[in-house]
Amino acid sequence: MDIFGVPIQALMGQLMLGIVNGSFYAVLSLGLAIIFGVLKIVNFAHGAFFMLGAFTAFLLAQHLGANYWTTLLVAPLAVALFGMLFEWLFLRRLYGLDPIYGLLLTFSLVLVLEGGFRVAFGSSGQPFATPEALRGTLNLGFMILPMYRGFVIVAALLVCLVTWFVIERTSLGANLRAATERAELTQAFGINVPRLVTLTYGVGVGLAAFAGVLAAPIFHVNPSMGSSLVIIIFAVVVIGGLGSIMGAIVTGLGLGVVEGFTRVFYSEFSSTIVFLVMVLVLLLRPAGLFGREEG
Amino acid sequence: MPAKIPFKTFALSSMVLAMGAASGAMASNGFSDDVVRIGVLTDMSGIYTDLSGEAAVEAVRMAVEDFGGEVGGVPIDVIYGDHRNRADTGASRAREWYDSDGVDMINDLSNSGVALAVAAVAEERQRHAIVNSSSNIGLTNDYCSPYVTHYTYDAHSLAHGTGKSIVEDGGDTWFFLTVDFAFGIGLEEQVSEVVREAGGQVVGAARHPLDTTDFSSYALQAQASGAEIIGIASTGADAINAINALAEFGVTPGQRPAALLLWYDDIVSLGLETAQGLMLTNAFYWDANDETREFSERFYERTGRMPNMAHAGNYSSTMHYLNAVEAAGTDDPDAVSEQMRELEINDFFASGGYIRPNGRMVHDQYLWEVKSPDESEYDYDFLRLLTTIPGEEAFQPLENSTCHLLDNDQ
Repeated sequence: MDIFGVPIQALMGQLMLGIVNGSFYAVLSLGLAIIFGVLKIVNFAHGAFFMLGAFTAFLLAQHLGANYWTTLLVAPLAVALFGMLFEWLFLRRLYGLDPIYGLLLTFSLVLVLEGGFRVAFGSSGQPFATPEALRGTLNLGFMILPMYRGFVIVAALLVCLVTWFVIERTSLGANLRAATERAELTQAFGINVPRLVTLTYGVGVGLAAFAGVLAAPIFHVNPSMGSSLVIIIFAVVVIGGLGSIMGAIVTGLGLGVVEGFTRVFYSEFSSTIVFLVMVLVLLLRPAGLFGREEG
Repeated sequence: MPAKIPFKTFALSSMVLAMGAASGAMASNGFSDDVVRIGVLTDMSGIYTDLSGEAAVEAVRMAVEDFGGEVGGVPIDVIYGDHRNRADTGASRAREWYDSDGVDMINDLSNSGVALAVAAVAEERQRHAIVNSSSNIGLTNDYCSPYVTHYTYDAHSLAHGTGKSIVEDGGDTWFFLTVDFAFGIGLEEQVSEVVREAGGQVVGAARHPLDTTDFSSYALQAQASGAEIIGIASTGADAINAINALAEFGVTPGQRPAALLLWYDDIVSLGLETAQGLMLTNAFYWDANDETREFSERFYERTGRMPNMAHAGNYSSTMHYLNAVEAAGTDDPDAVSEQMRELEINDFFASGGYIRPNGRMVHDQYLWEVKSPDESEYDYDFLRLLTTIPGEEAFQPLENSTCHLLDNDQ
């Protein structure tokens, strides 16, 4: 059976791959959405933290002989710490100023990090082995899915759901949401808002680094691996609705699928389709698909 | 009491000084700005940094030093710039260099889009450009000029190296994964031509943007095409990601990837485990003979990496340009152009190399195969020579060129 001349099997395959890519978009845009929601900072360095996660994992494996599962845990934590330090030293000074300052600062961090890694490791990238246990492929009937890609979907969705749960259903999340809405009032209740903010930035950055480690065996670790993603991630967050957690997750997955299908029908357009969707959404629902109109 | 300088002595000294100055000007007569300035326009920050970049600048510097640092009594100066893989940036930098910075020759020019744009500027400003790192054969066809030299390799040599030998080996249905700009499209066209000429068939192609990280859906399309050969018409990080994706998705039995432009650096990056068995057409390999080893070891000491064919081409072409300037006794572009086409190129890079009227430097190309990890005996021992492709076969026959400098009726 064909749909517009494309066998349904090929479409199913692309759907699956779209979900894999969508999982990356979801984890990355989730982090970006949390950071924007709480800090009101447009974190342009999100792609660089993604790259930093992958490189940290690569260095851990290369120099300390760490296995994949250790790097999956340690690298995001290390990058999150670095992110928190960055927030504490630099970003903190920009709260309350025009968002353009935050954007410029984080963008400069991108240039420094990417430039530094390019000088140290070159632009072609470094190989990163797929963990032993996840080598091989699964025959899904309609396609051969590398096991590791299947793992990416599961791991990414799990992390997304846990993050969503913590923010929406726990007291820590409640504090966080309160700090987002009324920072001073929350502070008056004895909650250390600046610490909460630093922690939030750390979590957002850690999510990016986690996605980076997940991506390392698939995409080859190279300094510009984040910059090609970050623009799409921004579009995902805008489409989902700025600051909306569920919006970021669902839109990330959805756009991955849309992009996958575009690759089948008109490949040249695949890097543009996300932005076309963004324009349409902004015209029809300026607050994004899941965003609330602010009065 | 201070001695009084007699007027006569003073006058004489002034005359001598004036004569000295005049003789200096005479020595540099024929040299614009009293300097021969070479601009290396390359990718310093993007996807092609590894295959050209800083090491390309270093190769040109090495050539200048080995030449002695001056030619015809004037110093040789090397500057460099980043084209950021954008044709407009490259063209405007070239214009600025030629117009206000006194640049006589621009070298390297990675990225075909940039190279074509700079070639147009070079023709307009009547200054030299030597293309080493990019492949589009438009440079010696519609965009040819007396001032533009295409030195190291081109899409035709790649197609007639890797492409042809794979077709001869029985791979006659092809599907292309092509990077969507002048380089990839030009390469796909050239290889398709070779495939069709040999009675093979091109069953389809997927075009992807420059700097694509995820090739999985292209890998699926390639599998679904049923083609025997998946031709990868991209290079650097794109080709690496494509090869990885094809390996990851386990190309269906009977299918195999063919990387149409692999650089030495790409193999370093892929690792022998993944890259083993791939074929590549390269004009130079560091470990080919004593001469190449001598150059490569010196290069390694300065840059910490082994040279690829573009780096070697940057060195050799700079040397050739300087030899031509010396022979012409001037940096006048027309005189230099004439000498460049007159002089033969014999060095570690090319033997009996010569430049055709359309700017194509003709020299032998080599088809290599990547060794397996077991076969590799020492550091950077990556390639085995399969065959030598004589220059006349590797490059487009002159009668097929659409270059306006030729009398071809095309």
